[in-house]
Amino acid sequence: MERKIRVLVAKPGLDGHDRGAKVIARALRDAGMEVIYTGLQQTPQMIVEAALQEDVDVIGLSILSGAHMTLLPKVMQLLREQGMTDVLVVAGGIISDEDAEILKREHGIAEVFGPGSSTQAIIDFIRSNVQLTRG
Amino acid sequence: MSEHELVTRLRNGERRALARAISLVEQGGPAARAVMAAAYPYAHAHRVGITGPPGAGKSTLVTSLAQEWRRRGVPVGIVAVDPSSPFSGGAVLGDRIRMQALGGDPGVFIRSMASRGRMGGLARATADAVSLIAAAGFPIVIIETVGAGQDEVDIAQTADTTIVVEVPGMGDDVQSIKAGMLEIADIFVVNKADRPGVDQTVRQLRTMLQLGGAPADGWSPPVLTAVATTGEGCAQIVDAVEQHRQHLANDGAQASRMRALAERELAAAVQELILERLRGPRWEELVGEIASRRSDPYAAASELLGG
Repeated sequence: MERKIRVLVAKPGLDGHDRGAKVIARALRDAGMEVIYTGLQQTPQMIVEAALQEDVDVIGLSILSGAHMTLLPKVMQLLREQGMTDVLVVAGGIISDEDAEILKREHGIAEVFGPGSSTQAIIDFIRSNVQLTRG
Repeated sequence: MSEHELVTRLRNGERRALARAISLVEQGGPAARAVMAAAYPYAHAHRVGITGPPGAGKSTLVTSLAQEWRRRGVPVGIVAVDPSSPFSGGAVLGDRIRMQALGGDPGVFIRSMASRGRMGGLARATADAVSLIAAAGFPIVIIETVGAGQDEVDIAQTADTTIVVEVPGMGDDVQSIKAGMLEIADIFVVNKADRPGVDQTVRQLRTMLQLGGAPADGWSPPVLTAVATTGEGCAQIVDAVEQHRQHLANDGAQASRMRALAERELAAAVQELILERLRGPRWEELVGEIASRRSDPYAAASELLGG
């Protein structure tokens, strides 16, 4: 049976710019994925609850506000509390290399895509790293 | 985890088990059938379908109706269907954007579904997903169809109460509610009632309903107005759904609706199982023969079914 990759695209925090998130959502759709887009100004709790109800394989977090070192670790902590460690989490936005390194090494974000990343690179990364055999 | 254990856990209120079970039935196959077999005896809920043209405010109305039921202490499940791309098979499911006000409430469970190529306004697995949510203890399950035109009437066979949403100014002949939509509505809602033209739309709907004569099942669909963004009119809509539910129970109509639903579910299951069994090397050969006009679909189907 065909297994669709389901992706939650979410905007944590208070910045009001979701053009990037919409471009990504569209690109993932065109790559055959089912994208649940939840809109602006999501709390970590809202994001994790939506990911749980939608049973997604991937969470893509777009954040431009600079609050990523607060909000992204919180999302990861809530995912661990729910036992959802098999969900692939990627982030995009204005995130410095140093912060990206910490988010990946210490918090379990799988990859950080900065400005200028190609949508194809994001699609390829998701396809190579998603776990479709979750238990 | 076995399918049986999964169903036990979803019935105990484990939201993740419910979410996982819905993914299984979306995929189909033997595991999906085992899940459905375990959950089906407990799938009691009143199914409320919401349909109407794109942009009529269906998602917003679903949110406001769910909030009204929550005020009355009733847990609400929601299945929102959006179209899949016919080209990539992917989808962007955006109904949750307008349902944010329901976030954080453990008495609400929302699931977005892509139509995955199915016409008619629902996905193949929508009815099964609704049954699973019902089995998880949600007495009301709202089903939001894809933005529907004139012929997306599957919802009427899946829902107990079908609400057709219209908005003022959709054409002076009430274009979008010609045959199909007019016939399936148990309740009409004219949304965006703070806009001009609402009285005219309500009048046209009532006139068309009266032209149809007395309804066969004794239920005259009410025409209600709402402003979904503020919740105005939603208490009256929930009241009307409860009245329709009473009507179905008293009238014996519920029994015939349940039979119609059961027949539809049986037909879908038969189709799925037969296709699964027949697909194979010979299937592929026959597809090629039909494409090159060396055989025809009926002869090939007869051969596959053994005569």
